[in-house]
Amino acid sequence: MARQIYQAIADGILVGGVYALMAVGLTLIFGVLDIINIAQGVLVILGAYLSYELSVRLHLDLFLGLLITVPAMFVIGVVIQWAFIRRLRGRERTSMTLLVTYAVALIVEGILYEIYGANPKQLNASYVQSSVHVLGFYLSDIYLYGFVLAVAIVVALYAVLYRSTFGRSVRATMQDETAARLIGIDVNRVAAITFGLGIAVTAAGGMVFGATNTFNPNSGYDLISRLLAIIILGGLGSIGGALVASVFMLTVESLVDIWSPEWAIVVFYAALVVVLVVRPTGFFGRQPVRAQ
Amino acid sequence: MGSTVMRTQRATAGLALIVLAAAAVAFPLVFSSPVITNYAVYALIFVAVVSAWNVFSGFSGYISLGHAVFFGSGAYTVGIAARDWHVNGVSVFALLPVAAAVGAVIAVPFGLVALRVRRHTFIVITIAVFFIFQLMAANFSFTGGSVGVAAPFLPWNPTSFNDHFYYITLGCAVVAIVIAVLVRRSRFGLQLRAIRDDEDRARGLGVRTMKVKLTAFVLSATVSGLVGGVWFLYLTQVQPPSGYDPLFDLSLVLMAFLGGLGTIIGPVLGALIIEPGQLYLTIRYTSGYLSEILLGALFLLVALFVPRGIVPTVGEWVKRLRTRGRPAVEAVPAPATASPPEATGAPASEARR
Amino acid sequence: MTTLLRTEDVRKAYGGVHALDSCTVEVEEGSVAGLIGPNGSGKTTLFNVVTGYAKADAGHVYLSGKKITNVSPDKVFALGIGRTFQLTRIFASLTVLENMLVASRNGRSAARRHAMEQLEFVGIAGHHAALAGTLSYGQRKLLELAYVLVADPAVILLDEPAGGINLSLVNHIADRIRELNAAGKTFLIVEHNMEFVMGLCDQVTVLDSGAVVAAAYLGEDPDPEDADPAEDE
Repeated sequence: MARQIYQAIADGILVGGVYALMAVGLTLIFGVLDIINIAQGVLVILGAYLSYELSVRLHLDLFLGLLITVPAMFVIGVVIQWAFIRRLRGRERTSMTLLVTYAVALIVEGILYEIYGANPKQLNASYVQSSVHVLGFYLSDIYLYGFVLAVAIVVALYAVLYRSTFGRSVRATMQDETAARLIGIDVNRVAAITFGLGIAVTAAGGMVFGATNTFNPNSGYDLISRLLAIIILGGLGSIGGALVASVFMLTVESLVDIWSPEWAIVVFYAALVVVLVVRPTGFFGRQPVRAQ
Repeated sequence: MGSTVMRTQRATAGLALIVLAAAAVAFPLVFSSPVITNYAVYALIFVAVVSAWNVFSGFSGYISLGHAVFFGSGAYTVGIAARDWHVNGVSVFALLPVAAAVGAVIAVPFGLVALRVRRHTFIVITIAVFFIFQLMAANFSFTGGSVGVAAPFLPWNPTSFNDHFYYITLGCAVVAIVIAVLVRRSRFGLQLRAIRDDEDRARGLGVRTMKVKLTAFVLSATVSGLVGGVWFLYLTQVQPPSGYDPLFDLSLVLMAFLGGLGTIIGPVLGALIIEPGQLYLTIRYTSGYLSEILLGALFLLVALFVPRGIVPTVGEWVKRLRTRGRPAVEAVPAPATASPPEATGAPASEARR
Repeated sequence: MTTLLRTEDVRKAYGGVHALDSCTVEVEEGSVAGLIGPNGSGKTTLFNVVTGYAKADAGHVYLSGKKITNVSPDKVFALGIGRTFQLTRIFASLTVLENMLVASRNGRSAARRHAMEQLEFVGIAGHHAALAGTLSYGQRKLLELAYVLVADPAVILLDEPAGGINLSLVNHIADRIRELNAAGKTFLIVEHNMEFVMGLCDQVTVLDSGAVVAAAYLGEDPDPEDADPAEDE
């Protein structure tokens, strides 16, 4: 029994890493643009399908394929932001962006269905099925790589945010958009690039997700709900929070799964509600700064 | 504005209302085909639910994406109660108040948790709770798991079945709209709208924001639960994905935004436009996801071109037509006490917020 | 002269910034008190603490001797303290009259009558049916003053009432304040406009970097023994 628990914890941490990959982009977008990108879930799936195409048609290794999918998704992100989100202003902006991104999600999902149908796919590679035997536990190779990738990307994001000029512009915009504008920061550019970054990170998440789960266009719903719960829990806008919350939630779910698989997912959402009762801004959330 | 102008306006509005009511009542007699009345029933169901949704979300500005929780729970309540209490035939309708009550009961703890947080987080909590309910419905045995619950048999033939439900849903829609109007005219509604504009300021002026929000939330949930029960009896079945449909709330929001969030006619109009359209697409294109794509595309178009909704935009055009040629600022009659020197200033010096 | 509103040793820090540092301010009942100081000296923060919009890290706030520290804004309002904001906060999508009705507690027609009276008093009664969002800046200031008056507060905190408006409107507001003061209301006013302060206030407190650096009575000193000693920084 104890062994099961430890294995579940180990699994939870590793899977949490994968979810962190997907959640970090979402929380970054919220932090800078103040919007909740409902399309993130479906875009993860899009990333998975892109990796699938590269892997099946060009026989590219999954991780190598990221060199193509990540920039591609970046461009897609910038285009979405520029075309639909940039113009939204006014009092109802919060709700409008939410619905616009939901609309984008619907369209992407619909298109994916038209192209691929509902049959589940999964990404394949030599290391997808194999695992490492460490200290008596089985740690799946792909999850390990995914976890390492997640950490690497989080570190890279922190480096960009805190060590580069661009990163400084991003943080300034996060804190006060008007002030940032006043000191000459091109807020629109920052917004577009950040959104692109958030989606690009999604490509990496999509690849790992696609390698560790079967997916079809419908998988986006479940995914986005979990991601939303994770970033709220971690604190909207906090990258570190997204990482911690991912690992926490997935570990809890993994533990509950030992006892009852059906209820594991419910616990996921229930945990969100419980934490919010106690701490309405999440683990590392900032106090409300902007007017609602 | 002379009082005679107002009286003729009121008279025309009253007349229009009577004509509308007569048309609504006569509708199934004129268009007796069950296919058409089917559209009407669904449209009226959504008119009722969107009005209920509007009472909370439209007035307070807290966009709920979890009203399917109340709708679906109302549906399940009627089904489970009918099954377990052995209610048959027309007396199932007596179970509708129970559905409404269940909606209210769920809304209280739901609201107490969800209304304490900022608007962004509120939206996400409603989504989370929605999923909890959908998953519970699929997991519990008393809800029938993925098979769901079926409605008891109603002794009506197909045509009168639709006609009866037409009048029932018409009644629900009227009740929901009347509630929305009453709320809007009341001080309670005023406080809600103040909360939407500036919640902290409202609190500083003595508005008990939590109480006001929760009351609106529960009221909205009660009506939604009731209508969910009616929907269940019409459809004669409910399963987790239909009772708790992820697209349900999105459709509501789309209807409300299309028509004009915060107005009363707006969401009604939105429902009357969108629901028949959606239904048509679902029936015509049963496979494929064209309806999803179109829904998304429609929403994007609305967001980009009619962001404030039809009713406010049209209202503005009408106002512009009417005041064409008149001076921009109307002279204000000097009050008895000293009037401030700047009384006729146009919106000027302060920056756009 | 009794002290109606008093803050005692209030401290408030935002991160490393000490917005208020041992701030003790006393406002006599029936007076018009001024609160002046350079930008960033903590004046608005003090208002926020008194009216419950910010929690004091230390110290207390007393109303008529009763401790009201850290009470929530709606309760502060119910206790009889009204407050306006530096950047006017009104309900933009409601009409001017509806803005007034938000704060009122009376029945429907009594509330409307009372609201219209206040609107007439400040001078914007003619706009009662206009959406508050269409008002000019000066009109919004008047509206804020009006709806704070709706609940008939004993103490009114005004945050820069003369800021950003033309001279005749400033005088108009000063006249209204004098009238209300004559009717028994106590005022605490944050202002930068020295003429306004000097022409209106009975007592002045000076804040700098969150602490009181000077406090004095203007004009006749009502009771020499009560004079506040100037506190050094």
